[in-house]
Amino acid sequence: MRVPLLWLREYCDPPLDVAGIEERLTMTGTKVEAVLHHGVRSPEHFVIGRVVSVEGHPDADRLRVCEVDLGAAHPDGPATIVCGAPNVAAGQTVAVAQPGAVMPDGTKLAKAKLRGVVSEGMILAEDELSIGANHAGIMVLDELAAAQRLAPGQPLTRALAIETDVLELEITPNRPDCLGIFGVARELHAATGAPLAPPPWSTDPGSAGPVDDATVTVECPELCPRFTARLFDGVAVAPSPLWLKARLAAAGQRSINNVVDITNYVMLATGQPLHAFDFDRVAGGHLTVRRARPREPVQTLDGQTRTLDGEMVVIEDGDGPTSIAGLMGGARSEVSSSTSRVLLEVANWNGPNIHRSSWALGLRSEASSRFEKGLAPEACAYAQALASRLMLELCGATLLPGTIDVGTPVADPPPIRLRAKRLRSILGMDVTTERQAHILRALDFDVKRDDADGDDERLLVGVPPLRRQDITREADLIEEIARIAGLDELPATLPARRGACGVLSVQQRLRRRAVDALVGCGLYQVMGWTFTSPDSLDQLRLGEDHPLRQVVALEDPLSSDQSLLRSTLLGSLQTIAAHNRARGVLSLGIFEVGTVFALDTGSGSAIGVREHGALGVLMSGPALPATWRSSDPPKADFFALKGVLEALAEALGVSVDCIPANPELYPFLHPARAAEVLCGGEPIGWLGELHPLIEAGDGAHGGVSPAAMELDLDALVASAAIRRHDYRDLISFPPLRRDLAVVLPERVAAARVEQAVRESGAPMLEDMRIFDVYTGPQVGANMRSLALALSFRDPQRTLSDADIDPVWTRILAALGELGGELRG
Amino acid sequence: MIDRIAQLRAQAGEAIAAAQDTEALDQLRVHYLGRKAELPLLLRDIGALPADQRGAVGRTANEARKAIEALISARSQEVQAQELSGSLLADALDVTLPGTPPRPVGRMHVIAATQRELEDIFLGLGFTVLEGPEVETVHYNFDALNHNPNHPARARTDTFYLRTEAGPGDSAGEREPSERLLLRTHTSPMQVRAMEAHPPPLYVVIPGRVYRPDSDATHTPQFHQVEGLAVDDDITLADLKGTLLAFARAIFGDQRDVRLRPHFFPFTEPSVEVDVSCFHCSGEGFLRDGSRCPLCKGEGWLEVLGAGEVDPDVYAHVPTTERNAPGYDPEKVQGFAWGMGVERIAMLRHGIPDLRLYYENDVRFLEQFGA
Repeated sequence: MRVPLLWLREYCDPPLDVAGIEERLTMTGTKVEAVLHHGVRSPEHFVIGRVVSVEGHPDADRLRVCEVDLGAAHPDGPATIVCGAPNVAAGQTVAVAQPGAVMPDGTKLAKAKLRGVVSEGMILAEDELSIGANHAGIMVLDELAAAQRLAPGQPLTRALAIETDVLELEITPNRPDCLGIFGVARELHAATGAPLAPPPWSTDPGSAGPVDDATVTVECPELCPRFTARLFDGVAVAPSPLWLKARLAAAGQRSINNVVDITNYVMLATGQPLHAFDFDRVAGGHLTVRRARPREPVQTLDGQTRTLDGEMVVIEDGDGPTSIAGLMGGARSEVSSSTSRVLLEVANWNGPNIHRSSWALGLRSEASSRFEKGLAPEACAYAQALASRLMLELCGATLLPGTIDVGTPVADPPPIRLRAKRLRSILGMDVTTERQAHILRALDFDVKRDDADGDDERLLVGVPPLRRQDITREADLIEEIARIAGLDELPATLPARRGACGVLSVQQRLRRRAVDALVGCGLYQVMGWTFTSPDSLDQLRLGEDHPLRQVVALEDPLSSDQSLLRSTLLGSLQTIAAHNRARGVLSLGIFEVGTVFALDTGSGSAIGVREHGALGVLMSGPALPATWRSSDPPKADFFALKGVLEALAEALGVSVDCIPANPELYPFLHPARAAEVLCGGEPIGWLGELHPLIEAGDGAHGGVSPAAMELDLDALVASAAIRRHDYRDLISFPPLRRDLAVVLPERVAAARVEQAVRESGAPMLEDMRIFDVYTGPQVGANMRSLALALSFRDPQRTLSDADIDPVWTRILAALGELGGELRG
Repeated sequence: MIDRIAQLRAQAGEAIAAAQDTEALDQLRVHYLGRKAELPLLLRDIGALPADQRGAVGRTANEARKAIEALISARSQEVQAQELSGSLLADALDVTLPGTPPRPVGRMHVIAATQRELEDIFLGLGFTVLEGPEVETVHYNFDALNHNPNHPARARTDTFYLRTEAGPGDSAGEREPSERLLLRTHTSPMQVRAMEAHPPPLYVVIPGRVYRPDSDATHTPQFHQVEGLAVDDDITLADLKGTLLAFARAIFGDQRDVRLRPHFFPFTEPSVEVDVSCFHCSGEGFLRDGSRCPLCKGEGWLEVLGAGEVDPDVYAHVPTTERNAPGYDPEKVQGFAWGMGVERIAMLRHGIPDLRLYYENDVRFLEQFGA
């Protein structure tokens, strides 16, 4: 909201500069977002002048050479000013900018030679002062000069507001009263203690009672709690006076004509929007407020036809709808230069309903943005009073007797009890009841002292009409006190804790450990977008029924690229890898911890959404940087990634197994280099090299597709509950180590070999590791040799060869059952 | 005889001194001290000497043998040192070649690292950490947090609602208005969920990803918040100030100050915005050279978060159950809540100019942080 400081100071004028006012408003809850400047920049160069003589320019038909009396501002006699305006004439009082003047747009005026004649300034038109749009001629200030006894040489600021600072305020949604400048002035009054002028609506030339010739029916009082109207006759529609134009311009409003300008001016002053009808064009002299019919078309002021629904409200006359209530008037009854009778509507509309209608129709205006906050019905009378006075003063109008006022007056709500004890306990600081009462009265509350209950002092507080939406409870009053009493005086204390202490849960510690382990593996953590596109699912070669297609869609995505919630982290990992590859990063190891989503169609009638924390890793290019000693390090492949998986499992203290992945379930993986990852026998994810078809075959990976994996982190962490770590004696007695090499059919998976050895070697076998794999002529076709390093331990004694012979025999037998033979 | 011994000793001494390698020394050892060498033979035959000569000759020969051994041993050490040094020099490196890098260390993402740091600060202040779902209902995201039915944040332009109908005209997928699904617009829904799950007193922080349909240099449609909630029977606005002062100093430096500015949020009353004194200009608004501080734009303060005392109506939305008994009676409990943006804090601290950099994940960006 734009508040011209000159206008604000008319109501409340504290002895503070603009920075001081900014500080007080900001620190009491009306944040000043910016201080702008409207109008000229060097007011001392703008003066009143009187045109002494006007002569034609010797070398230009359209220019005149004027002698202008500038009084003391140009002591050596009249100044010569070249002027192009057709309306300039001797004897006029005019506004003059002297050389050195800085105009509203920042340009600086210099003495100029115009077709050979030196001009010592400029006679000003409205637009040159940013007062209006009029550039048809210069401003003639004769009437102002007579009224205010202006003399040549006096500063122009005595006649016109040619410059003002403008506060750009952030008005929070609970304060529609501050969408009017007098509301802001009241805040400034409370915040500074400077006196507040009486409200501009305090004198009302109008009267109550019915209005002859005009009637109004409200069919939907729940959506229109109050509708008031007054009728003016003999209205002379004309341009507004300069002061009104200047004010509207500073507040960011364009001047239209005096009637429309009055409605805008009153809205800016009070926060209550108004609408002026040309009463002679209101068919039947009767207005009806009713709900629109479903799909009812209405033509609005902007010439568009809009289709309404049954929740929207129209105002219609004998010929049908003329406006959409609270949003936009109709062209048919618009005020024009021929208007002589004006029906001035000031109504109160249901805020949520206006909000809904304005969003549904895409119609937002200064009026709707005020109505939707929920205005006070009482404000209708305030706006009628101020507008009536201005209609009489500025339009030469006659106010016909009576005021149409449809609606049930709202009873005053009971006063609110404010306990000093409660205030102290919420804020943590003391504010005396005297100060409380002082603050509340400054904010227009009615304050009485309640009978004290013991030592607990209490106030009874009546809420003024304009604040009744916002202030309904004691907590709201406490906020009013807090913001004016000064939060800067609040002490900084810590809660008086009773026995609580902050610790991470086991799952949180494990999740952190997982991240740390991956960082320790040299991987970079990334954060991708939760949003993904339908295309990305196709790129993963997912079949129609693939579970990752059970994807959640947004109702209003920012773009189709961001229309879905990701069901896998793979897409964003690939996107990030591609981004970096395009920038020359060929060796990349990244991981992401993030949420993935899936539609849950299983449970009951309503469709739900399942989400879980996932962990994804992608490695591409060389696993280690190339150096001069090793210029071609191996590419990250399945086993490089499996090493990461094992390090992760080790860090979390879980055991995971890889089994060959079913290519139909994982169409995005290399069909022969992919594994399903099991934890406790349950699948928790996948690991593998990406299918060449989902990766652009640009050869950037040196023939090896990136390897990736994705795990259900929640499931992994759940199975990894931090165990007790009891001490084991690994020092007193040494282990006994033996190696063996066994030749087995190739189809026997290493995991089966390991399982056979571990089971048959228990409990003495402490560890087993495969340290070599050989295939080739020495072991024969379809066979391979595995070299195993075994380690045995007995916690009670040092083992001898003889001790493990029985175990050894069992192990060899178990390997034999798998088709294995000891290799010579 | 004794002369001969002295002669041998002198000869050996010269030869040993002249020996240049271990091999030569070995030969000299054999030559002078070996089984067939003159000196040992002489000692062996000492019995053949007249009795009066044996003592003197034996002593002299023994001394000579020891002396020669000592010389060989000493020279041998010298020669070995020379040989080692020679062989080491032969193995010379170009010390100016680059070293072999150790296995590179990875990085946490700057958002994750900042979030963890924030969690740690509040853990230290006695808060526990909770996470919540990113898909929420209108009830938890707005209704239970006291948002008016016409609060602008509810608009489709300000909130991502989810499509949950299976197809056009599918009534099975329709939900009650308050049960409509959306991507949470803040971490605050977890305030109510936390109170439903735990009795007071409650001290929690809730980090997490949140969503709003905005996209430019200062807004991304996803971002991260850390919510805080403290409810007990005596938690004041002054306690909020003290808690956030501790946070501000931990994150932005020991000299920082905080100020509370009145504001409006539907779920706190009183509501405040919290500013931290600018760490770039020490809150002066101007730098030493007199120019306006570019970080706080001359304000001296940086807006960091929104907060307030929990609105009594929020407690009223928390049903009392077995899990949280005795429940949250607005007349008996009071507390504060805040919500801070992780991106904003990281942006301020590291001078990151554009929020979109966080989600581009260029490694040249990532490697600067999170070590």
